[in-house]
Amino acid sequence: MVSVPKPAKMALSAGGVRRLRAWFIRHLQTFFYTLGLLARAPLATFLTAAVIGVALALPAGLYVVLDNVREATRGWDASSQVSVFLKLDLDDRQARAMADRLEKWPDVEAVRIITRAQALQEFRALSGFAEVMEAFSDDNPLPAVLVVEPRIGVTDTASVEQLVERLGALPEVDVAQLDLAWLKRLFAILRIVERGVLVLTALLAAGVLLVVGNTMRLGIENRRQEIEIAKLFGATDAFIRRPFLYSGLLYGAMGGLVAWLLVWIGFLLLGEPVERLTLLYSGEYRLQGLGLRASMVVLGGGALLGLLGSWLSVGRHLAAIEPT
Amino acid sequence: MIEFHEVTKRYPNGHEALRDVSLRIESGAMAFLTGHSGAGKSTLLRLTTLLERCTRGQVLVGGHNLNRLSRRRIPYFRRNIGVVFQNHRLLLDRTVFDNVALPLVIAGHSHAEVGRRVRAALDKVGLLAKARAFPVTLSGGEQQRVGIARAVVHRPRILLADEPTGNLDPELSREIMRLFESFNQVGVTVLIATHDVSLIAEMDYDILTLKDGSFVHDVGNAH
Repeated sequence: MVSVPKPAKMALSAGGVRRLRAWFIRHLQTFFYTLGLLARAPLATFLTAAVIGVALALPAGLYVVLDNVREATRGWDASSQVSVFLKLDLDDRQARAMADRLEKWPDVEAVRIITRAQALQEFRALSGFAEVMEAFSDDNPLPAVLVVEPRIGVTDTASVEQLVERLGALPEVDVAQLDLAWLKRLFAILRIVERGVLVLTALLAAGVLLVVGNTMRLGIENRRQEIEIAKLFGATDAFIRRPFLYSGLLYGAMGGLVAWLLVWIGFLLLGEPVERLTLLYSGEYRLQGLGLRASMVVLGGGALLGLLGSWLSVGRHLAAIEPT
Repeated sequence: MIEFHEVTKRYPNGHEALRDVSLRIESGAMAFLTGHSGAGKSTLLRLTTLLERCTRGQVLVGGHNLNRLSRRRIPYFRRNIGVVFQNHRLLLDRTVFDNVALPLVIAGHSHAEVGRRVRAALDKVGLLAKARAFPVTLSGGEQQRVGIARAVVHRPRILLADEPTGNLDPELSREIMRLFESFNQVGVTVLIATHDVSLIAEMDYDILTLKDGSFVHDVGNAH
């Protein structure tokens, strides 16, 4: 007896594979066909991509700025120092003695002393009022300052503030001041700006949807005859929709690329002045551009917005075209 | 192959384009549809391709009751039909080859298959040499032949033509009709709407005459 294997299941799966392959090939064909269409009108394609690119570059650029500010200010609140202004009648020797005393406090890491003479010199150099300050050459109006660094680990705001209070209560001390308030304000402002960028991003994304949608509407109007003929010869809605969806996707992706390039150019233009600024602060900060992940978000987000915009528009406008 | 049972088509403005029309065209038959302009020839063809649905009655094409065909299935139904237009309706920004290829691309044929069939169809209408040309560079008769090649390239079972010789001189018209005959001879059901009575009088086919939305003889029959 000859056993005959049942071919049914295999045939089915082979058919499925063939159909999947046909589907894939059709999409590939449409993709390249659409690419060809866009390439045939390079100026119009570039202009549409540029409009999308500018709209996307704005939030992307702001994101880079925010990211840099966040990066540059990281750790600022941890490196809090307390400036202890001593009373004017204390001389340098007394100040030094006091510094030694404070260094023995358990929650103090280090104490740096700025003598009255140093304070005056520093002020002269930095304020630009050197001539005016000459008038005070005999009578220094500046107190000695002890810069107290809290011990590592005592970084939580409550215990630092407690330290400031105790320092302020010492009889030799005029004022003890923790300069964190401006930092807090800066971070609050950053949070507002972050939120603003988010709102702006949403608005500009909506703008991209409208731009792509309108481009598709015009494209559909221009190819009205073609669409009618295709429907007459049995084209499904999906068949007609496909090239428009691909062109939306391509417009969006190209817009993303333009946005990425714009941000990159802006980055190049800003790099040098920022470096000079950080030198002035004797810092080592280097400007950061769009990272790999952010780049992917810009490119992918552009493509996705393009696809969504064309999908919204094409669905509405294609239904209105019936062959006559 | 094409059956109308007491079909009425009334437009929203109240105009009755067809009134209680019945007809029957057998599979593999060829027939002419005539009548003055506005008699309902175009409406009859539009109902056959489901560009419109009838107001009353039944239309059957290839065994399908068109009243019951859902909107989603219309595209697949239309792939059984080839249509030729009076003004050919070629896409002017595409080559002759690409125009003819359209129905095959829509049906999802492979690249090689499309090439083979398009060349065969163009060869059949005698325009293989013009495959790379654009429609505007062709004469009126040639353009219409490209339109016919496009209508038959996907080997439809039914070929409909709406005034296919409307813009052509008698000699070219005869040539086009011979082309339709040759497709009929290989089994395609052909229905041609025309008002060129002198031309179809020379040929031996059924003639269905519409007048004001009804057949002049009660029922149109073509074998």
